[in-house]
Amino acid sequence: MSVELDIAGRVIELVRRLAGAGAEAEVLAGHSAEALTRFANSAIHQNVADATTTVRLRLHLDGRTAAGSTTVTGADGLESLVERTIAASRLSPPDSAWTGLTPPDALRPAAGFDEATAAATPQDRAERVRDFVRAAGGLETAGFCRTSYTSGGFANTAGHAVQGRAAEAAMDGIARLDGADGVARRASGRLADLDGAALGVRAAAKARAGGRPIELPPGRYEVILEPTAVADILGNLATFGFNGKAFAQHQSFAELGAQQFDDAITIVDEPLGATLPFDLEGTPRDALVLVRDGTTSAVSHDRTSAAEAGAASTGHASEGSRSWGPIAANPCLAPGPDAADSDSADSEPGDGPTEASARALVARMRRGLLITDFWYTRVLDQKSLVITGLTRNGVWLVEDGEVTAAVGNMRFTQSYPQALGPGAVLGLGAEAVAMPDRWSGVRYTAPALHLRSWNLTGNASG
Amino acid sequence: MSVDHFDEAGTAVQAALDAGARYADARVMLRRTETMSARDGDIEDLSSDESAGIGVRALVGSSWGFYAVPDLSGAAARAAGRRAAEIAAASALVPGPAIDLNPAAAVTASWASGCEIDPLSVPLSVKGDLLVAATAAARDAGADLAEGIYQIWDTRKWFASSDGHRIDQHIRECGAGITASAYGDGEIQRRSWPSHRGQYGTRGWELVDELALTDNAARMADEARALLTAPLCPSGETTLILGGEQLALQIHESVGHAIELDRILGWEAAFAGTSWLDLDQLGTLRYGSDLMNITIDPTIPGALGSFGYDDEGSPAVKRDAVRNGRWVGVLAGRDSAAMAGLDYAGSVRSDGWARLPMVRMTNVGLEPGPHTLDEIIAATDDGVLMDINRSWSIDDRRLNFQFGCEIGYEIKNGRRGRMLRNPTYTGIGPKFWQSMDMLSSESIAWGTPNCGKGQPGQVGHTGHPAAPARFTNVRVGVRS
Repeated sequence: MSVELDIAGRVIELVRRLAGAGAEAEVLAGHSAEALTRFANSAIHQNVADATTTVRLRLHLDGRTAAGSTTVTGADGLESLVERTIAASRLSPPDSAWTGLTPPDALRPAAGFDEATAAATPQDRAERVRDFVRAAGGLETAGFCRTSYTSGGFANTAGHAVQGRAAEAAMDGIARLDGADGVARRASGRLADLDGAALGVRAAAKARAGGRPIELPPGRYEVILEPTAVADILGNLATFGFNGKAFAQHQSFAELGAQQFDDAITIVDEPLGATLPFDLEGTPRDALVLVRDGTTSAVSHDRTSAAEAGAASTGHASEGSRSWGPIAANPCLAPGPDAADSDSADSEPGDGPTEASARALVARMRRGLLITDFWYTRVLDQKSLVITGLTRNGVWLVEDGEVTAAVGNMRFTQSYPQALGPGAVLGLGAEAVAMPDRWSGVRYTAPALHLRSWNLTGNASG
Repeated sequence: MSVDHFDEAGTAVQAALDAGARYADARVMLRRTETMSARDGDIEDLSSDESAGIGVRALVGSSWGFYAVPDLSGAAARAAGRRAAEIAAASALVPGPAIDLNPAAAVTASWASGCEIDPLSVPLSVKGDLLVAATAAARDAGADLAEGIYQIWDTRKWFASSDGHRIDQHIRECGAGITASAYGDGEIQRRSWPSHRGQYGTRGWELVDELALTDNAARMADEARALLTAPLCPSGETTLILGGEQLALQIHESVGHAIELDRILGWEAAFAGTSWLDLDQLGTLRYGSDLMNITIDPTIPGALGSFGYDDEGSPAVKRDAVRNGRWVGVLAGRDSAAMAGLDYAGSVRSDGWARLPMVRMTNVGLEPGPHTLDEIIAATDDGVLMDINRSWSIDDRRLNFQFGCEIGYEIKNGRRGRMLRNPTYTGIGPKFWQSMDMLSSESIAWGTPNCGKGQPGQVGHTGHPAAPARFTNVRVGVRS
């Protein structure tokens, strides 16, 4: 039994003793150890770590619900947590939406856990930063290398008890030259998979190709989005479209069973190995097919949104999911067919601005834009998921299969589902790349994506 | 305070020094938070959280090391101090120029924010009844979805440094808001009160009482429904009048972040971004029109970005960022200011004991002008009035922005006319600020409780005094 599961069990016993047999309670004790080495101006300037155990209790008592958490995990701290949560539940208004507890259920088999990543040292991270900086060949660099370890134990008064752990590593860096930024980022369950030198070479190649950008007029452009940009699409689709609460409240575009995307689009949430194998309510996590061959097939649920939608929880309960909705945190866009027959797919990472996953697509494009990354995307209309944001870390004009000019960053205003709608996808890269989000445990896996049209609404002039 | 934690903080600092740090500081923080949300007359979520721990910052060579643990024992504090120094030392593999710190006088002090009604002492049933009543009122008035939320943060912290600081602070923050949504054919319209995410401050529950959430709920529902059939905001260049709430976010995004010195120095280049500002132009660059006077002022009583001392012990001091349209000041810490050759600091904060303090906005606000909103409208022949933020986006150098607002109004011949749907405006920062030609005196310090920055991510609390203002030749009505 893990330390965390032992803590969760002790809290359940405290609830039984202090609140009586009628109380329904669930407890997640989670230990999180995150370390991040940050560099800027080609030097490590911040090097941080923390190790925290947080115990989260949700209690349903006499028709009322309250939740609480603490990082004070000694006997007094746990008793205080239970006492104040009981007190809060007694003062709370009635909770007519309570859905009960997760019954005992077995966990799904998860990918292997990498001990070396969990035990990574500041030197391990610094070495990858050094490799990135060196590989950038004198260009100014910035970014981070991160490792994290999570161990969790869950127990509830319905007799469900599970435990698990996960480790993760991520590296994200830019190289800069004369005002042009190039980026490379990767996430993995194994720090050993992260090659700082390869990422540095890639970022530098992009920065070197970004000089003397031209300014293009706003308008609709055919685009190839590199995996870094596609990650933003996946994140916004997951947060606002495939969100079970937004779906239940009719705020989402999602219509189950409807062909809402191009038939080249398949999106699967793949949480196993990226995070704990169960959610905050103890529901086992599993792969969840959100879109199959263009047809929306599921949205992510916790127990509350599932009950409202007449569905079952998909294991996406989180601390804020009752308020903000349950969100798929590990969506993967399936890559396209093997493009190994393309000569350009064999290029070295330091050749030109194009990511490997996008090279075959670029070779086929007559005229359009190659976009590396999106930045500061925000929802203008949630139902249609119209989003505004900017390009970042490199845009290029492609003509007759060749990159012909760097382009200055541009603003877009675009409905994401419409951009990926039936007939809108012209191609998918053959390689799907895992990329980190700001938070450990959240990653997006995507190939490059070739779209018929993207609505660019501004440039450096306004 | 009956119990203090200076001993633990001091122990950690000494351990870091013993392990090779040339400077160290430590913060013990105890924070209680409480959040409740309601939907359509029912409580949706209630959480009461407690967090306690110590975070130690150690400077070795050219890098900060930071380590944090939730254990407040002396042994844990010593270990944390050693660990912080070890983590910093590992950075020597990729060194940069040595980091200096601006000198700081040792301060021993206590500070507490103002609070008439302790928000944590208000019974949950009272707070729940408020959200239930407000959201039920909006629902009864025709909202398809009515939501409400309040949040409370009660933070005690003890700070010690190797420069001799011993500072404890008690900061109480809270706030609340409601939103009414109306569903139309393929679109959703929202109206929020008093702001798109509520109003927040370093005050007690009296702030929430003043918001009169229930009194304004039906009007929000009415306006959300009316927006469904209102004409779209026209597209083109026009005169734009912004309400104070929207202008507060405009200040936050296009001024506050741009004047963060760590961004200007490139320390945030890979994530939060840099700034279009160049230190060589400090004191001479024209940022906006003569009406533009932006201050950095953490001393404003009750504003969300207020404190007694920042998280490296610098006292709260008011200073200018933009004076008569010229850029004259930055948000800085002791290290960034030293690197830039500036003689001040005071804007370094962390969102908790487990995070490294960094340059953050305090209260960055626009000084009021001579007019009223009614006078500005009366002086406008043709334009659009927009207020209450709906979406916000700006590039990584803080130049190209686009904002959407919940509501707009046509302005014709000095009068407020029809309601306008989906109003948006876009522009380039300095060009926009230079076009400001009228400014109201009706200033409110709006609180922003969700400012994201840093890796690992941190959520900052900032304040933004702002009043309605007028801008000329602004592009509005951007369409998908």
